[in-house]
Amino acid sequence: MTYLWCFLIGGGICVIGELLILLTKLTPARILVIYIVAGVILSFCGLYRPIVELAGAGATVPLTGFGYALWEGTRKAIEEQGAIGILTGGLGATAGGIAAAIVFGFITALITEPKAKHE
Amino acid sequence: MDKKERRQQAYQRLVEKHSHSSNFAQGLFRAFWVGGVICVIGQCFADLARILFEFTDSQAAGFAGICLIFTTAVLTGLGVFDKLAQYAGGGTIVPITGFANSVISPALEFKKEGFVLGTGAKLYVIAGPVLTYGISTAAVLGLFYFLYGVIFP
Repeated sequence: MTYLWCFLIGGGICVIGELLILLTKLTPARILVIYIVAGVILSFCGLYRPIVELAGAGATVPLTGFGYALWEGTRKAIEEQGAIGILTGGLGATAGGIAAAIVFGFITALITEPKAKHE
Repeated sequence: MDKKERRQQAYQRLVEKHSHSSNFAQGLFRAFWVGGVICVIGQCFADLARILFEFTDSQAAGFAGICLIFTTAVLTGLGVFDKLAQYAGGGTIVPITGFANSVISPALEFKKEGFVLGTGAKLYVIAGPVLTYGISTAAVLGLFYFLYGVIFP
């Protein structure tokens, strides 16, 4: 059942992104920024956690889920360690994904050559 | 003659209108199913991590993200990811794959400008703004949350 909700909610979140692309002049970079900020704010308001509980990766894989991880990490760190958590919590919780993107990106650039673009 | 031309023009407009709306619906459909499938693959990775390594939910979600980022790196290196992105639009941009591609693609693209100011710097061209706004929003809201906890313990 989780897999069905995962597909529907994950697909739905992507459709909202596609609508933004088709209906506005927003570039992908701006859409990613909007998604991560929206994820943090929705999680802060407590609106995103129910979606995560329902759809699992359908909610954590889209970039709003990255915002959710940022906020959840910040909240937990504040509760456990106090004020220092305001700055350490967010990156602590998302360190794996950020480091993975940087390291894999760097290695890919080292060992492959850019493909010619046909446009 | 005049009538015929006008009729042709009207027909042309009709064709354009319909092909536009079908492109629109097609774009949404492609984004939906590709995005949905990417999330389901992420769920598979997360469930595997829970069963094999006994990860907690948040660890499993992080693990799934890392697996998808690795997959994106391989597909971008092979030149396959760009084709998929052209097909799916928002379906590949919105999931963590889009974030990963936004790091990997410029790192590769600007290799010719050198490894320090090319790859090393351009890696963050899109990831930089994303992290800047994400981390700043979380920190500002975190400050509110902390102060709220201090004032109303």
